[in-house]
Amino acid sequence: MRIERRLRQPRWLIVAVPAGSLVFAFFASGLVLLATGHDAISSYRKIFDAAFVSKGVLSDTLVAATPLAFTGLAAAAAFRMRLFNIGGEGQLLIGAITAAAAGLYFGGSGGPSAFAIAAMVVAGCAGGAAWALIPGVLRAFFKTNEIITSLMLNYVAAYLLTYLVFNSHSYWRESKGFNAAVFPTSKTLPDSALWPAATVHVRGGIVLPLGAGFALLAAGVLWALYSRTRFGFEAQVLGDSPRAAQYAGMRTRRKILAVMAISGALAGLGGASQDGDFRHTLDADPNGLQRQYYGYAGIVVAALARYNPLAVVLVAFLIGGLQNAGNTLQGVDFPSGLVGVMQGIILFSTLGGELLVRYRIRFGRSRPEAAPAVEPV
Amino acid sequence: MNHSLLVVLLASGVAYGTPLLYGALGELLAERSGVLNLGVEGMMLVGAVMGFWTVQRLHAGSGVSLAAAIGVAALAGAAVALIHAFLVITLRASQIVSGLALTIFAGAAGLSSYLGNDLKLADNPARHTFHAVFPSSFQRWPIVGPILFGQNVLVYASWACVVGVWLYLSRTRLGLNVRAVGESPAAADAMGIDVTAYRYAHTLVGGAFAGVAGATFTLAITPQWVDGITGGAGWIAIALVIFAFWRPELCLVGAYFFGALQALAPQLQAREIHLGPTELWANWLPYLMTIVVLVLVSASGARRRLGAPASLGLPYVREER
Repeated sequence: MRIERRLRQPRWLIVAVPAGSLVFAFFASGLVLLATGHDAISSYRKIFDAAFVSKGVLSDTLVAATPLAFTGLAAAAAFRMRLFNIGGEGQLLIGAITAAAAGLYFGGSGGPSAFAIAAMVVAGCAGGAAWALIPGVLRAFFKTNEIITSLMLNYVAAYLLTYLVFNSHSYWRESKGFNAAVFPTSKTLPDSALWPAATVHVRGGIVLPLGAGFALLAAGVLWALYSRTRFGFEAQVLGDSPRAAQYAGMRTRRKILAVMAISGALAGLGGASQDGDFRHTLDADPNGLQRQYYGYAGIVVAALARYNPLAVVLVAFLIGGLQNAGNTLQGVDFPSGLVGVMQGIILFSTLGGELLVRYRIRFGRSRPEAAPAVEPV
Repeated sequence: MNHSLLVVLLASGVAYGTPLLYGALGELLAERSGVLNLGVEGMMLVGAVMGFWTVQRLHAGSGVSLAAAIGVAALAGAAVALIHAFLVITLRASQIVSGLALTIFAGAAGLSSYLGNDLKLADNPARHTFHAVFPSSFQRWPIVGPILFGQNVLVYASWACVVGVWLYLSRTRLGLNVRAVGESPAAADAMGIDVTAYRYAHTLVGGAFAGVAGATFTLAITPQWVDGITGGAGWIAIALVIFAFWRPELCLVGAYFFGALQALAPQLQAREIHLGPTELWANWLPYLMTIVVLVLVSASGARRRLGAPASLGLPYVREER
């Protein structure tokens, strides 16, 4: 068996490889299920039903898919430039904190107010962007590895979130009422800061959250940014060949900062959508938002979508279905870590599949006389 | 005197620093051969859960159980590392993305949680744990008692590992070969060194070290199983390798420093010392210090001089050299 570089990359492989990766991932996870004494086929049927088929589950799948679309876009935006921002998790949490503050401050009674929602969107984006700019600035000015710094900040953000609600008398913490004195909770958002949702009346009603709309919009903008503007082109050149970019006079630092800010803002918007669309409060429960690991799953989404923003939305829907099924089925015949295992295997197979795009594998013995013999002079 | 904050911090710094030290030594071996493995956190967690499982299920004496647990943890860590090795060495995948994938696959929401759940390991304390080796009369000696003689066998074994790794890398032919593979695989290949075999071996050994590091949590520091029990220690271990300029002896210093930082939050809580928002900054400290240290190291001049293997993170393809 020999591995040799492809001279041309056939177009069909670019779709076939991610699809094949998914199939392989299901096969390999099936082996994990079988090895631990579960019936893989019936597990898969249950997953599929709970994710896409049963009545009303599509709404729940959208609930899981919306944050994944945001963190997936965040990862795609940064990874495209080979900026490995794996702080999507922390940026989402910080976005949730700042957006909740905006919602609490600007929201009032009555129906959803465009002003309060806009304030939450801006605050969420700003919070996430600011958090992402910390590793961004360190990378741009001190060449500090952004992988570890952005990851460390995930833990810092999680501790901050817990602290704000459980260990301090912060703005976010509920201080009125009998329960507040016994068990710390965060304030509920006022009515006008709750994001509206549209309902499509098919299959028992599918609820389309406003955040899902924002995610679609963001995906379109990000796609246009990367494939239709000079900025996007330069960012990709910087990723593929930093030296060529430097010779061409592109500004590395500025681009690192901008891309990190965009990436963080997308994750932060995901946090704002968590507050406004789904949780209607700042969720600081250690088993709540922090346990969903949306930031890390976003990396899987982005890699499977091959960092293409439009594909991210589609993949987020698929992986969201998986995550939703994991939440619904969790119990005896569906151990909790299975979703992570499947996501990991999906990533592995996408990575392995990448090899098939760039190289081709030939079977059989290599021909010994590939080069013409040199005549002795 | 032995109960003063400083002595207790140093003593628990050694205890908390031990998993960091094992993790960092393993990562150092892999990186010296040119393979960056960002999956330390995942390998640690799988080692932690499998080591804990061995102790719970094996019906044997304390010593045998614990020895078997360490062996199983090392094997589990190496098995997880094998995935990374195959992807990045044989399939030439991106080492960064593959390492991240490894953490997602094996980490707090992945395989380790799956195994912990499926093997029903939560809610029970470990049946056997590592205890201090020396009698308590030794531990009463001022200052050195708790720090040097109050530790379990994993701590002393880690010291042997530091010396072993140092001797291996700097004083043996094999170690010289490893360094050649990490610096210039093409030159090593020309010398007749099997680059692929060296990289596989050191990635796997790195995984085994990470597995032992994980078992240190579940069998010594906090003898129980909780999802994500390592709390980012794997990532700190990766940062430690950079901080230590890829030298084993400096890993020891760094590990105990970060161990002491991790011990600070529980110690301050136990002593009811409140300095401002203690719950916040004491928990933040290890993570923030990691960032500070990384910035200091990366800002202080050329990376090459500081010991990063020149081919770290690059796949080696004989046909394309």
